[in-house]
Amino acid sequence: MAKQYETVIGLEVHVELATKTKIFCGCSTEFGGAPNTHTCPVCTGMPGSLPVLNKQVVEYAIAVGLATNCSITRYCKFDRKNYFYPDNPQNYQISQLYLPICRNGGVEIETETGKKVVGIHEIHMEEDAGKLIHDEWENCSLVDYNRSGVPLIEIVSEPDMRSAEEVIAYLEKLRLIIQYLGASDCKLQEGSMRADVNLSVREVGAKEFGTRTEMKNLNSFKAIARAIEGEKNRQIDLLNEGKKVIQETRRWDDTKETSYAMRSKEDAQDYRYFPDPDLVPVRISDEWLEEIKANQPEFRTEKMLRYKEEYDIPDYDIDIITNSKHLADIFEATVAICNQPKKVSNWLMVETMRLLKEHEMEPEDIVFSPENLAKLILLVENKAINSTVAKEVFEVVFDKDIDPEAYVEEKGLKTVNDQGALRKTIEYIVEANQQSVEDYHNGKQKAMGFLVGQTMKAMQGKADPAMVNRILKEILES
Amino acid sequence: MDILDLTAVELAAKIKEKEVSVLDAVEAVIKQIEEKEEKLHCYVTIDKEGARKRAEEVQKAIDAGTLTGPLAGVPVAIKDNMCTKDMLTTCSSKILGNFIPTYSAEAVIKLEEAGAVIIGKTNMDEFAMGSTTETSAFGVTKNPWNEEHVPGGSSGGSAAAVAADECFFSLGSDTGGSIRQPASFCGVVGMKPTYGTVSRYGLIAYGSSLDQIGPLAKDVTDCATILEVISSYDVKDSTSVERKDTDFTKALVNDVTGMKIGIPKDYFKEGLDPDVKEAVLAAANLLKEKGAIVEEFDLSLVEYAIPTYYTIAAAEASSNLERFDGVKYGYRTEDYEGLHHMYKKTRSEGFGEEVKRRIMLGSFVLSSGYYDAYYLKALKVKALIKKAFDEAFAKYDVILGPVAPTTAPKLGSSLAEPIKMYLGDIYTISVNLAGLPGISVPCGLDKAGLPIGLQLIGNTFEEKKLIQTAFTYEQARGKFEKKEGK
Repeated sequence: MAKQYETVIGLEVHVELATKTKIFCGCSTEFGGAPNTHTCPVCTGMPGSLPVLNKQVVEYAIAVGLATNCSITRYCKFDRKNYFYPDNPQNYQISQLYLPICRNGGVEIETETGKKVVGIHEIHMEEDAGKLIHDEWENCSLVDYNRSGVPLIEIVSEPDMRSAEEVIAYLEKLRLIIQYLGASDCKLQEGSMRADVNLSVREVGAKEFGTRTEMKNLNSFKAIARAIEGEKNRQIDLLNEGKKVIQETRRWDDTKETSYAMRSKEDAQDYRYFPDPDLVPVRISDEWLEEIKANQPEFRTEKMLRYKEEYDIPDYDIDIITNSKHLADIFEATVAICNQPKKVSNWLMVETMRLLKEHEMEPEDIVFSPENLAKLILLVENKAINSTVAKEVFEVVFDKDIDPEAYVEEKGLKTVNDQGALRKTIEYIVEANQQSVEDYHNGKQKAMGFLVGQTMKAMQGKADPAMVNRILKEILES
Repeated sequence: MDILDLTAVELAAKIKEKEVSVLDAVEAVIKQIEEKEEKLHCYVTIDKEGARKRAEEVQKAIDAGTLTGPLAGVPVAIKDNMCTKDMLTTCSSKILGNFIPTYSAEAVIKLEEAGAVIIGKTNMDEFAMGSTTETSAFGVTKNPWNEEHVPGGSSGGSAAAVAADECFFSLGSDTGGSIRQPASFCGVVGMKPTYGTVSRYGLIAYGSSLDQIGPLAKDVTDCATILEVISSYDVKDSTSVERKDTDFTKALVNDVTGMKIGIPKDYFKEGLDPDVKEAVLAAANLLKEKGAIVEEFDLSLVEYAIPTYYTIAAAEASSNLERFDGVKYGYRTEDYEGLHHMYKKTRSEGFGEEVKRRIMLGSFVLSSGYYDAYYLKALKVKALIKKAFDEAFAKYDVILGPVAPTTAPKLGSSLAEPIKMYLGDIYTISVNLAGLPGISVPCGLDKAGLPIGLQLIGNTFEEKKLIQTAFTYEQARGKFEKKEGK
């Protein structure tokens, strides 16, 4: 009988924090500037420059630690991790090794197999590196230091996960907590959240862990799931062939759905960590910690309870809406304007979700404003447009966040409420479709639908369907 | 009146009274440089035209009454490890041989705001690693008292330039004695303040937890005045200390009555040159005569200071100097194949022997498996040394001893035996390890006619006691005779 294996997975998750300025200087953290425009002597490693810690980074790190049940290190330090690479302008990265800011936490996840807690070994603060751009034509490499010094936290889990499903549940949970805190937007594709997967396999029932590998370059949840499946199978195959798993770092190629070795443990570097003498230790006072605790936002569980009480919308809707901080924010802001929770929820649950799926977007990518969604809802409510037109208009709102009032006006999409004009059109339609009138009188309900459709077509969609139905009936019955 | 005979404070007063113009002072220094520099080589960079232009601007501001400080119009030299905007800053190293910063060190900015005129950048041991200024990639500096001898180091150019009147005062940096020892060898006053008093922003780091900028000057009054100008709380330097007692000139008081002075017996044991010993003890006696209470005490931990210092400083240096890699600025080797070859070749060619020795030493003590045994242990000893000084300062206001075991050695006699050279730092480095202020004041000449320095050490933030003691000694000592024909 074939041996049964268990997969053991731990994650190292890097999250870019949403501070306005970098961790050790006043440069902007904004993404996408022209190369080397968000730089200064500090984040380009110029001689004589010195780092100064951004307090907001510490506050975000503590907030994430508190939300993930960690103990906070009240006297923590920064250490230098020494290694040479051109994206690292000082040739050392300022990070935390000996006294990381958060330790010994965990979050509860829920999968089909039930609930479990995934332990968090530690969370530490560090600076991001710049970006290398390899110019194939000129046979040289260029470096952009805009990202150098952008603050990161690294969340190191315990090896507590046993399947891709658990890993995804853990990542989604972390992402949601961090988004609720406003500490990061956590976009995997843009690299503001990055996960490295440490994976080993062992025979079911074994006490010792197997040899693990570390997988890098995972840019989406799907890629993570595929990489876990691929690496698990690769290791099991090796063991079944009587070979050994080598401890190494591997790079996932998602288009080929395969990985290759980057470096093995043998050529692991000695980073010569030591406390950075340019930075003073961070002392976290009781007052400061209390202040951060007091400023923790409403998390998902609390929000779900409040929605149920305050808005009276279905549990299913609450579940979907609160699963994204951005979606929940849009929901609340829109309700605050138009005071129609169920309608707002419907727009988010049906049309918004449909369009997100169609465009392969995440709720975090939504660009429309609560103001414009509220306006659209009120247009329908006041019967200025009918629901078919509303759906068309919403697609444009979703795309470009246009003002629906102005758009409806400009495109002449307003429902015609002039009964006289509508009646004339219907009379004309009835006149022109005598066969359908006959069918109607013979009890064929489909004929009614056809006549309504013809009327709407003639009115270019700008009629209130209820009114069309009523007038049509009057004419047919008369 | 010979302008060059004036101290910095006297010169500024004359300029204020319009007896001397700023340009007169600058031209006098330039003339002296033209006469002396070829022999002495105090400078790496001399900016005559820049200084003349700046002299005019400063003169205008003084005339307009917007510049009234005690250093307005005074020509100054800056050690070449402090960044100066648009002016070459090399650390006396080939690897930074072409480096022109886009910013100035905070201490330099403070001097410029006070109206000082920068003449140039002084020679030093490469990256401040050395005690003789012989490790400079741009040639040795000679001692103005005797050109066959070294000026000391690493701020040798800064000390020699003051001694030779090639400037009125200078800035140096002190990691293990690099201000006090060359001041002693060149017969000038040099002071290292409490760690955190002068911003390190723009000072190219050697040992970050030990480095401090300080003045080298003709007398204690100048020294106190300069320190008052350059000390600042700087948010750009996390290790900068906010203090409200930096009005150091208030301590220029000729009185040591009741001042308790401790003499560490361990500073007068074997290895100390008899001439130095005699001169330093004579200085102690003079202070006693002026009313100070002088006692001997034990400070035996000092023997661990040298290994502790070379472990910590080298560890920090090995990391601080990683940024010099040929990628972003400075020297890059010409022919190379690939990134790692470029790194290796650039650094092999760009750094000198002593710098490489300390980078290797530092990398070793930080490497995995050795960190606890060396670096961590050194940090523990550092804490013990600080504790020993705390205990001493519970009893004494000031500690008195020699600056160095000998006077300036002959050129070429030190580098062959680096360990022996390291031992020469014995009296100065514990001051850096404990973060204390220290001052070197000339106290006599040896039989060969070379200057001897008296070192006074204070408790953290007690520069004023040091300044008062040094000033009183200086007044009692009388004029320190300059070398003939200078």
